[in-house]
Amino acid sequence: MNITRLDKARDLTFKRQVEEESGQNLSACYQCGKCTAGCPSAQVYDRQVSQIMRAVQMGLKEEALKNRSLWLCLSCSTCSSRCPNNIDVAAVMETLRNMARREGWVQDRPIETFWKSFLDTVKYTGRSYELGVMAGFMARTLRGWGNVEIAPTALMKNKMPFIPSVIHGREEVARIFQRYADKEDRS
Amino acid sequence: MKYAYYPGCSGHGSSVEYEVSTRAVCNALGMDIVEIEDWNCCGSTPAHSVSHELSGALAARNLMQAAKTGADCVISPCPSCSSNLKMALWRMQKPAFKADVDALLDAPTPANEQGGADLLETYSVLQAIVENVGIDQVASRVAYPLEGIKVVTYYGCLLSRPAHVAKFDDPNNPVSLDNILKALGAEVLPFALKTECCGAAMGIPDVNIPGTLSGRILETAKAVGAEAVVTACPLCHMNLDLRQRQAARITKNRPFELPVFYYTQLLALAFGLPENTMRFDKLAVNPKPLLDKIAERRDARVMAAYNEARKAAGV
Ligand code: SF4
Ligand code: SF4
Repeated sequence: MNITRLDKARDLTFKRQVEEESGQNLSACYQCGKCTAGCPSAQVYDRQVSQIMRAVQMGLKEEALKNRSLWLCLSCSTCSSRCPNNIDVAAVMETLRNMARREGWVQDRPIETFWKSFLDTVKYTGRSYELGVMAGFMARTLRGWGNVEIAPTALMKNKMPFIPSVIHGREEVARIFQRYADKEDRS
Repeated sequence: MKYAYYPGCSGHGSSVEYEVSTRAVCNALGMDIVEIEDWNCCGSTPAHSVSHELSGALAARNLMQAAKTGADCVISPCPSCSSNLKMALWRMQKPAFKADVDALLDAPTPANEQGGADLLETYSVLQAIVENVGIDQVASRVAYPLEGIKVVTYYGCLLSRPAHVAKFDDPNNPVSLDNILKALGAEVLPFALKTECCGAAMGIPDVNIPGTLSGRILETAKAVGAEAVVTACPLCHMNLDLRQRQAARITKNRPFELPVFYYTQLLALAFGLPENTMRFDKLAVNPKPLLDKIAERRDARVMAAYNEARKAAGV
């Protein structure tokens, strides 16, 4: 059993920060568990979404930010639509995910790498490019072989063009990414 | 009403059939659409999972490009794109967030009186058809009804969620696609998994996640007696159609052989638009047996009516 000394671990600035960034009132959660009941990822989570809500409420920063669940969340907003107190729970999950990245607490590299491969194609061409994302992901992680199974059909149906589309404003888009990266470096 | 059209990246790749059928249907319904020039990727889930400001800036560039068309609003067939564009504008009503986004852009977004961003609103094409064109108008265009084929509608997560931003249909039991399909002459079966997540883009890192979730959706659709699944999302479509065999294997089912259509393909079919606007050849699960069934039922119905008329005329 884990014992948490609330008088020591509690970080109420953290709770306020999450409330500020997500725009949600965490005190409204009364732990009914409906978000968890509806969550399609519940069976693969190491900490359930309602437990994460409780952790934030109690100001338990590490409990809320150091878990794989944040990275397995599908952003489907089922939790938000089920919450009887109208908390946008998915927005809280996303805020925590953004915060965990800023703290350097990414718990699941493959999904992070997929996002990076995706955003790279956007950065270089202005658009996302499915084949490029897949290739980039597989080259970086040596994973994703499960997708090879669907490749023949995808190629036969010409669903994955070999030539990416490149927009005129790609440099404008690249500058968005550059300014974002600069800002991240400063903070 | 003039619409600035945002196709989204998958329209150029995995969902060509959605793209061409959407355009054809919009034209047939008399919607005045003009593509946003030089639009960029909205960043999809990867961008908002990494940073709201980055996602907001990618959306804001598109909304600024959209303003140049002189349109009244933006529409997109892709729920992920339309949700992102909606969400960006909603967040940018907070002046502080708008400032953070502006700092990433070449030029700041225009401001309204409250200090929020003054940009065009975005709707899904589905929302524009249901709310602006109207189901009656859709029904009046039907030339070749779907002859009572049994379908389930699958909305996925994002069309009506989160409710306070999407402001469309019901977040737990949406009915807009049901109403369209009924107007087209299909039988829409009750379906509990309308908005259950299909696994989204998790298939790239781990095929088991969409495999399990989509497998359950397809399994249930089969169990209630559906002959087809109808969807409005390119990512859902990829998981349910292109990954259907994989989903069957992962959930230990026999192949489902359940065709998955974009609703716009069936609109084009029922409107009697040219065949190249439907691109049924792009679907991974062969829809031909079901399309033949529709044609056979139609022939039988027309023949029966003809014979009836002859009998009445005493020939
Ligand atoms: S948004 Fe994430 S936490 Fe909420 S129900 Fe979906 S997968 Fe679960
Ligand atoms: S559904 Fe809402 S109130 Fe219930 S546990 Fe989840 S966040 Fe808390």
